[in-house]
Amino acid sequence: MSDRPAMEVDIVCVGFGPATGGFLHTIAPRLAEMEAPPTVICYERADGLAFGVSGVATRARGIRASFPELDPSQIPMAAPIHEEKLLYLLDPTGASRRSVPVRMLDAIAGLAHDNHAVELPWIPGFLRKDGGLVLSIGQFNQWVSEQLMMTGAVQVWPGMPVAEPLIEKGAVLGVRLADQNGEPGMDIRAALTVVADGPVGPVGRRLDEHFGVPPGFERNDWAVGSKMVVELPSDCPLAPGTVFHTIGFPEPDIFGFFYVHPGNLASVGIFVPSWFDSPVRTSYRYLQHYMMHPFLWQYLKRGKLRSWGAKSLQESGRRGEPWLVGDGYARIGEGSGSTNVLSGSGVDEAWSTGVQLGESVLDLMREKSPYTGENLKRTYVRRRRESWLDKESRVAENARNGFQRGFLTGLIGMGMAGMTRGRVTVHASRRASQDRVRSMEEYFGRRIPQPEISRIEKQCHTDGVPLHDRLMDRLGWPPIPFDGEMLVSHQDALLIGGKVQGAAGFGDHVWFVDREMCELCRRRICLEMCSGEAIAPAKDGGAPVFDREKCVHCGACLWNCDNIQFAAGGGGLHSAEN
Amino acid sequence: MSNSFHIVVCGGIVPDPLQTLEPAIGPNGPALKNELLLPHVLDPWAAHALYEAAHLAKAHAGSPPVSKVWLVSLAPKAKLQQVMMTVAQRVPFELVAVDGPSGGFTDSFDVAEALAGAIEGVPGLDRARLLLFGGWESASRAAGATMQMVGERLGITEQFQGVDELTVGEDGSLRILERVEGGQHQVSVCSGPPAVLGWATGNLPEPANSPQIGMQNMRLMMSALQKAKPARVGAGCTFASVALPKQQRETRVVKGAGVEEIAREIVEWVTAE
Repeated sequence: MSDRPAMEVDIVCVGFGPATGGFLHTIAPRLAEMEAPPTVICYERADGLAFGVSGVATRARGIRASFPELDPSQIPMAAPIHEEKLLYLLDPTGASRRSVPVRMLDAIAGLAHDNHAVELPWIPGFLRKDGGLVLSIGQFNQWVSEQLMMTGAVQVWPGMPVAEPLIEKGAVLGVRLADQNGEPGMDIRAALTVVADGPVGPVGRRLDEHFGVPPGFERNDWAVGSKMVVELPSDCPLAPGTVFHTIGFPEPDIFGFFYVHPGNLASVGIFVPSWFDSPVRTSYRYLQHYMMHPFLWQYLKRGKLRSWGAKSLQESGRRGEPWLVGDGYARIGEGSGSTNVLSGSGVDEAWSTGVQLGESVLDLMREKSPYTGENLKRTYVRRRRESWLDKESRVAENARNGFQRGFLTGLIGMGMAGMTRGRVTVHASRRASQDRVRSMEEYFGRRIPQPEISRIEKQCHTDGVPLHDRLMDRLGWPPIPFDGEMLVSHQDALLIGGKVQGAAGFGDHVWFVDREMCELCRRRICLEMCSGEAIAPAKDGGAPVFDREKCVHCGACLWNCDNIQFAAGGGGLHSAEN
Repeated sequence: MSNSFHIVVCGGIVPDPLQTLEPAIGPNGPALKNELLLPHVLDPWAAHALYEAAHLAKAHAGSPPVSKVWLVSLAPKAKLQQVMMTVAQRVPFELVAVDGPSGGFTDSFDVAEALAGAIEGVPGLDRARLLLFGGWESASRAAGATMQMVGERLGITEQFQGVDELTVGEDGSLRILERVEGGQHQVSVCSGPPAVLGWATGNLPEPANSPQIGMQNMRLMMSALQKAKPARVGAGCTFASVALPKQQRETRVVKGAGVEEIAREIVEWVTAE
């Protein structure tokens, strides 16, 4: 007989983000009216409900529908969007990797630049966030959780990673919590399991492995989003609700954002996509170069770092939609393929999927119908298919194909898809993210002689450090003038900004499947792209080592290498301002 | 005789010390910048007391009358509720909530009055078996006197501060180790409850999260929060002057630093002007 403890509830949710917030916000008021309400529990991996990370400028259609009387001033760091600019950033360093067509574009744009930036005269409708909000995802989640818990109808427990779903005879019967202090994790048996553990969550991935994926499913496109929250200098003229979207720098493939919050705070970040083929695709140093771009620096100079964080974004959008329901389970949020990759919007879409599931669950409760795949299909999936969310995600489905063929083709492809409502798109073969990465020689060969690449590689191996800093130095990226306030080392950003901590009692959640393969691997992209430098070179030159006290659980290692296992674990970011 | 106890732990909440905490002057006196944004935690000193209480109650469960733990907390309800979602997974207890400002040690006298009043109103509390636990200090704006005043208001004369260990003898006596100067402990023995124990850090690790304990605590927690009575704390209190400590230290994490090196840095810091 198993000595694993078990507990019965009615509904168990995995992960607390905007999708689960939307779900619980929809059902909680109704549950509070019931004489014998079902037990609804949510388990969140992070140590607090405010420890998410995302740069959020959203139209907030779904969120506003849930809160018709919404007063943004009641949500810390929230502001209505009042000014939106799309900027093309020129390269003031001369180090950015720019193709001949991009250089031509630079030459034209350079004729009328302001601080090496050109404001595009018009923002396409599909990108605009008219009537929307600037949010901190951490503060928004915290605010939502306060509303939820005051109802007393649902329970949200942080610091409790979920290891895997319980699957028996083709049905999901609940979840298994991660082991703690050597003790086996508890089985939580539930009539309905709501899976909202994001794009790299272990429960969603296990469902895909077990039940397979729909025809045409693919998740080849990813990005690491890396951001800082900065306290702006007191004389900064930017008003809360100012939004800059940027393209062109630090590399053409890397998009950026600058959102101004109330309280003289701003979120500044970049997206490093999987179609950026560099074998040393670090995000942190690029983020610093981005912030030091003269256009942004005029506002950020003399600012102070308050927070930092990073996460993986599933950029395949609707193409990455798994089976949404089955017997005993339903999937919502980013891990369910809800992100709109044309508008670059995910939070409001995730929230809306939660609302749709919530309404469907209330329907099934009224009918006294069980949570079978068929019942969830005729309620939740039907609602989702009939909604604006699904229609817009179809328009966006192939909008980013062009980036597989280059930056400008990608921009043209997005424009065509947006203008034609998805009828005209660029066709391109899509490769898995780990297959796209080029070798050192292929990527750097034109700018650094091969013997020098080998010499840098050898020296880095000897010194036990990643390659990216030295290669960027060699390519002419200027050194970062650390000031101890905003421009700080990566490790200081973890401590001062992300407040990253390993949680006691949990084991390592990242490990290398075949260590011999790691020893033979020359590419070692795992340690080049690791958002927290948690994966580091081994001193003996063997397989890399993992330090869970530095891991921010972004999951980028998972989609950059198929020799890595990424499981449920505790700890990570502890900043509530991201 | 049965060595079972009724243990009441007094514990407030404080801004999560991992967050960026910057002193500022707010409309009601000294505050933290953007305090509304900050997630909170159970005051770490009180948390140690709570874990010690739960450990003691488990070790001395007793046959009826059984041991029981209450957590009496003065804090804003919404923030307290968030904190409880973490704390309530750790150890079994019953919450008694008092609605008031966090960092309520602005005025220890008012806080002690509110806490003592709440304790006196706990149904079924056996004052003859009462152990009153709390933090010896507080991570809040502490005066270090609150526990003593709560005890006095409840008429408890056996008081111990800076407690690191409590052992219960077979005869029900309490052997208590209190911190004194020079890294030493003062050992005291008293015949039994009631007693006040202001805990230092104790010896127990933070317990693992338990879903079952969470569910069990949650059964009564929501009604405790809904029933929380408002308390007037610090009304009319003004601050003549406020100053930050002269010695401030940037936190750094250095792995593998030697003891000598650490000691040298601490001495430099402590002796710096």
